[in-house]
Amino acid sequence: MCGIVGLFIKDKSLEPKLGEMLTDMLVTMTDRGPDSAGIAIYGSETNGSAKLTVQSDTPDTDFAGLDADLSSALGGKVEISVASTHAVLTVPNGTAAVARTALKAIRPSVRIMSRGDSLEIYKEVGLPKDVAEQFNIEKMSGSHGIGHTRMATESAVTTMGAHPFNTGDDQCLVHNGSLSNHNSLRRKLRREGIHIETENDTEVGAAYLTWQMQNGATLGEALESSLDDLDGFFTFLVGTKDGFGVVRDPIACKPAVMAETDQYVAFGSEYRALVNLPGIEDARVWEPEPATVYFWSHNAAPTSSEKAA
Amino acid sequence: MQKIDLEAVGLREMNATLHAQADTTNQTQWEIVNAKGSHAIACGLDAPIEVTVKGSTGYYCAGMNQQATVNIHGSAGPGVAENMLSGKVVIEGDASQYAGATGHGGLLVIKGNASSRCGISMKGINIVVHGNIGHMSAFMAQSGNLVVCGDAGDALGDSCYEARFFVRGTVKSLGADCEKKEMRAEHIEILKDLLAEAGSDAKPEEFTRYGSARNLYNFDVDNAGAY
Repeated sequence: MCGIVGLFIKDKSLEPKLGEMLTDMLVTMTDRGPDSAGIAIYGSETNGSAKLTVQSDTPDTDFAGLDADLSSALGGKVEISVASTHAVLTVPNGTAAVARTALKAIRPSVRIMSRGDSLEIYKEVGLPKDVAEQFNIEKMSGSHGIGHTRMATESAVTTMGAHPFNTGDDQCLVHNGSLSNHNSLRRKLRREGIHIETENDTEVGAAYLTWQMQNGATLGEALESSLDDLDGFFTFLVGTKDGFGVVRDPIACKPAVMAETDQYVAFGSEYRALVNLPGIEDARVWEPEPATVYFWSHNAAPTSSEKAA
Repeated sequence: MQKIDLEAVGLREMNATLHAQADTTNQTQWEIVNAKGSHAIACGLDAPIEVTVKGSTGYYCAGMNQQATVNIHGSAGPGVAENMLSGKVVIEGDASQYAGATGHGGLLVIKGNASSRCGISMKGINIVVHGNIGHMSAFMAQSGNLVVCGDAGDALGDSCYEARFFVRGTVKSLGADCEKKEMRAEHIEILKDLLAEAGSDAKPEEFTRYGSARNLYNFDVDNAGAY
């Protein structure tokens, strides 16, 4: 099954409550999938620097002195903020790729969860309630975020198999469904030089979008072409720096409910996930149409890449 | 009027209370508050009672209904009124996918829109949708009537048997072996009754009938009475 949720804040006064609201929505979806949980939060930008969210199974040893070690490897200031098994590394702009390579050498057991200007991804094996508590998600503020609770079907229950999947700078994906052509597509994408870490089907979906966008597609175009190239069931929720997008496969048997008010746009696998949101009684509630790409952006003047979406 | 706070008593106690109503009960009016999208509300009822759910419901509301009338003052999640045998289910808002699936009898009224697979494998139920319906509706429908006052999505009535489909608006596409049919006086009569019972002021003459082309399954006119 899997449960997915998303919240896009329009009313800035709600931004400090993003983590709390999103956590409540995700916890409500727990019985759709108790294997692992994850949340992507688009928080404040760090001017002149980029954020890498990293994970380690042995955080005490891996994160100790990591900022200093990475600083000297990069030749620039690195800050670290540790939350349980995860840490957010703030690195100088333009050094994220170098930092990735450097991390492999100085901390081989550290895994990269996300990279971008504002995106942070926290995910672990366990119930949404426990994972949210582990990282203190409820206290996080931000402009938008997406979350996922997993019932694994296509690959092992591990941290790396948990959603959201980072697809590119400030981009991530959560998925309800199962892709049936992920093995052949993984081979094809690997031949194209795309890095795919696990045997998970959703990671292939995420890598597919990354590959499309590397080849010049906008997010909207990449989502459109996913309808042709991905075989299987999917409701995707895709986070970007400026907002989020929704697409469902043409059969659309994986559920999706959306609600919109003047204050927010919310997504849930079920209406239950939305019932505690403010003003839900008067919200416009609807189901996204199959094979249709939806997108909400904070940008009043969208760039070309968002127009298409 | 008996009132049940779902949040306070929980799903099992609420449904057990409703199940405990006998055919001769005097407590015929029930109201359920704090539905909050919960699953399986008012499932398996079998008494001539009227249950009104305040708010939207989750999966499988009013499933397997017999005799009872269930009103949903909100929208309904997937599988509402699934496998209904008799009685009436009325949804003020929209219905999610596979509303009225496999229903054998009774009337399902959806005052908003229904999404995909409405009336899939219907076996005698009558469904009246005031708005539109989504794709693959009435897939393998066997008998009963599906009335759509708005438009129908892709693949209406794919692989259907002897169910009747009446659509007032457009049909995006017809499914395999489903075709447009002539409206005869008897169909106008059926529609008139169903629309009146469903509280719709649409005129029967505005509808087009669709049904099975009878090329896909082994239809034998000698068995027509069985449907």
